[in-house]
Amino acid sequence: MNTPLEPRRAGPDEALIAPGQTMESVTRTISDIPLQHPYPRFWWTGFLLAFALVMLLVTAIAWLFTRGIGIWGINVPVAWGFAIVNFVWWIGIGHAGTFISAILLLLHQTWRTSINRFTEAMTLFAVACAGLFPLLHLGRPQFFYWLLPYPDSMGLWPQFRSPLEWDVFAVSTYATVSLVFWYVGLLPDLATMRDRAATRFKARLYGLFSLGWRGDARHWVHYQKLYLLLAGLAAPLVISVHTIVGLDFAVAILPGWHSTIFPPYFVAGAIFSGFSMVLTLIIPLRAVYKLQGLITARHLDLMAKVMMATGWIVIYGYVEEFFNAWRSGNIYDRFMDVNRAVGPYAAYFWTLMACNVIAPQFLWSSRLRRNVGVLFVVALLVNVGMWVERFVIVVTSLHRDFLPSSWGMYHATFWDYSTLAGTIGLFFALLFLFLRFLPAISMTEMRRFVASKEAGP
Amino acid sequence: MKPPVHGLLAAFADEASFRIAIRKLRETGCTRIDAYTPYPLETGILPQATTPVGWIMFCAGVLGASGGFFLQWFATHDYPLNVGGRPLNSWPAFIPITFELTVLTAALVGVLTLFFLAGLPRLHHPVLTDPRFKRASQDRFFICVLADDPLCPGESMRRVMADAHAESIAEVPA
Repeated sequence: MNTPLEPRRAGPDEALIAPGQTMESVTRTISDIPLQHPYPRFWWTGFLLAFALVMLLVTAIAWLFTRGIGIWGINVPVAWGFAIVNFVWWIGIGHAGTFISAILLLLHQTWRTSINRFTEAMTLFAVACAGLFPLLHLGRPQFFYWLLPYPDSMGLWPQFRSPLEWDVFAVSTYATVSLVFWYVGLLPDLATMRDRAATRFKARLYGLFSLGWRGDARHWVHYQKLYLLLAGLAAPLVISVHTIVGLDFAVAILPGWHSTIFPPYFVAGAIFSGFSMVLTLIIPLRAVYKLQGLITARHLDLMAKVMMATGWIVIYGYVEEFFNAWRSGNIYDRFMDVNRAVGPYAAYFWTLMACNVIAPQFLWSSRLRRNVGVLFVVALLVNVGMWVERFVIVVTSLHRDFLPSSWGMYHATFWDYSTLAGTIGLFFALLFLFLRFLPAISMTEMRRFVASKEAGP
Repeated sequence: MKPPVHGLLAAFADEASFRIAIRKLRETGCTRIDAYTPYPLETGILPQATTPVGWIMFCAGVLGASGGFFLQWFATHDYPLNVGGRPLNSWPAFIPITFELTVLTAALVGVLTLFFLAGLPRLHHPVLTDPRFKRASQDRFFICVLADDPLCPGESMRRVMADAHAESIAEVPA
């Protein structure tokens, strides 16, 4: 039996919340970030840098619409270049948000509480960036609506048997459901913002978006049921989205794509890259806004562990690819793997190995895992590694397929890089706006968490 | 003439005294009680606190699934493409979109159901005029005994809530 004098586990490191936090203090700490706008210099520097990149994106898109996709480096045989690499990368990053908010909720992992709001926002913005690329890649983006089923005058329908068409439904459903889930989560917090706003204008604005929420006990009953069911819907949804993205590749007969491992390996890769992005963002933010009391060392530790676990599933995918190529005896598959390792894109392949296979292994040591600097660098490397992974999958498979006469090389152009940099800017600009105007941590859930702590161990 | 009253609004500083007050009020047989909490509590605190959200979302999901499947079945029969004699109703290929539309319909109908049941958006409500109520969304628990129940005379209710250590008790105008 434990007496109060004998704490079971030592050290504040183990806590999911700093001692001494009350309902009032968590509400104040979280709502003061948008309401008081502390550290304006950090915010303005970050936002303006990101916004400059958004302008670059606008320029790149305007030039693309003027001249067509010939301004990109894509050509036969590599007709899927940066656009698809970036699409898969961004949508993968989005997956951690839904994983944290939906799957960890259903698994009763209370540590999700202080990070789910932020990661859901990250999901939305990453999906917004991802969604741009297939549209820009269309060539005639003004006809994007041809992808949707509607009774047109030619009596034509989209090809419902194609994973690319499934993508249209998967990504748009994912974006919509993520938005709904995020907004439903925000609703009571917007009411708190309304009630804490210092000026009448702010109170009106937050009041408008809170739709008149007032924490009525009967409303909470509907609310909780809805939130739980939305989580239950979002959990298989997130798996389905990246499965379908994986099928975009797996359904083709190209060596390096045509593999049954793709759907699960893509899902694991998505969560792997998503968690690394969460860590990359949260480590500096909790330092700047002094949120260490709410997002504790234990949160970082747990996220690092999820990153390692999914990283190993990804490594299994890499090994299986090579094993399958060797075991199947298919000369095209074997050539593709040799070409990846020693061919013209070998540098990308070895960067990928260093970032995704070697770097996360440092996290086996709990001392290194708890070192915020090391964790940040590893997370950053995994972000790079996951982008390079998609580059390797897309480009090295396409550039040398069955017939040597049709081989070619892919060279990304200035506009390819600008579009990538531009979406990174868009992502960060949206994140900065989110931090500026909305509570980055769910106050409602933190209050419940604090109350449950007070009620007893 | 006295202005019309919405109800008697009491604030509680902690969940425990709030629960005691709710229990005592319910023991008096009064049903016209509203409660406001800064975070969701378990169901069953108040009478009539059940929710049809689950069933409505289930029906919406079934509708989305059948609608989604029908859409694809219809499209492939409306413009038949014979690919090597494969069946037009190639149902395994229709499953992903059917699934996505199931989730989409259920989620959207779910959130609209919440808005409908909770009467949102609602830009004004009598309790929102009370300055104390600003803390309902922060760190206070509120009980409102509505004025329109003939079985719950305000004065006796006031005593019940004061006995349960209410922080403040006051009427809110309608």
